[in-house]
Amino acid sequence: MSIEVRIPTILRTYTGGEKAVEGSGATLAELIDDIEGRHSGLRARLVDEKGLRRFVNVYLNDEDVRFLGGLETAVKDGDSVTVLPAVAGG
Amino acid sequence: MLQLDRSTYDAMVAHARRDHPDEACGVVAGPVGSDRPERFVPMLNAARSPTFYEFDSSDLLRLYREMDDRDEEPVVIYHSHTATEAYPSTTDVALAMEPGAHYVLVSTRSPETVDLRSFRIVDGEVSEEEVRVVPLLQSETGPHPGPTQTEESAPR
Repeated sequence: MSIEVRIPTILRTYTGGEKAVEGSGATLAELIDDIEGRHSGLRARLVDEKGLRRFVNVYLNDEDVRFLGGLETAVKDGDSVTVLPAVAGG
Repeated sequence: MLQLDRSTYDAMVAHARRDHPDEACGVVAGPVGSDRPERFVPMLNAARSPTFYEFDSSDLLRLYREMDDRDEEPVVIYHSHTATEAYPSTTDVALAMEPGAHYVLVSTRSPETVDLRSFRIVDGEVSEEEVRVVPLLQSETGPHPGPTQTEESAPR
């Protein structure tokens, strides 16, 4: 068992074109670290020194992790994480 | 070149006018790889601002799930500028994350004149493209059987 992470089109350059990758960890931060080990460069597109990037949305199952615990959100085997860049502008 | 059918073009302009003075935003989805903007999906501007737009995060997830289920992608991502021209702002360029999409801008600064333009935004580079408004999108298999002489260019 592991945690599925769905990757948006623009970040698939880091996953060899794969729409989803798998990883493990007890928190979202650990999961991202785990995936970074196989898909180098991905982490920097998701987080900066302050935490999750403002214009990247990460969902645990159907919930935006900003309304859960951010990077400290607990994750478990069988969960599905979806990454979507915000659609935003000025 | 972006080809839009008349009803989609009119729907984007009407949405922009309706939400003025706030920015309006949405997508036109189409089958993956088709470059055909077929399904008009107006979105809520969660920022409710005259100078910024952002899809609500739950709506965004629902939209992408729905497109995924239907084998669609966002062929067009549109939003309005309420006081400036229909040209991508620095923020628009910095936040453009769909290199395959046509970014359509509608300016509502003039109540009379329609100003709708389309751009590609890839790696921070903006390139404008022609917008062609047709009565109906041509079928995927070949030219539409109806008359094509009625095609017209979008007013600028």
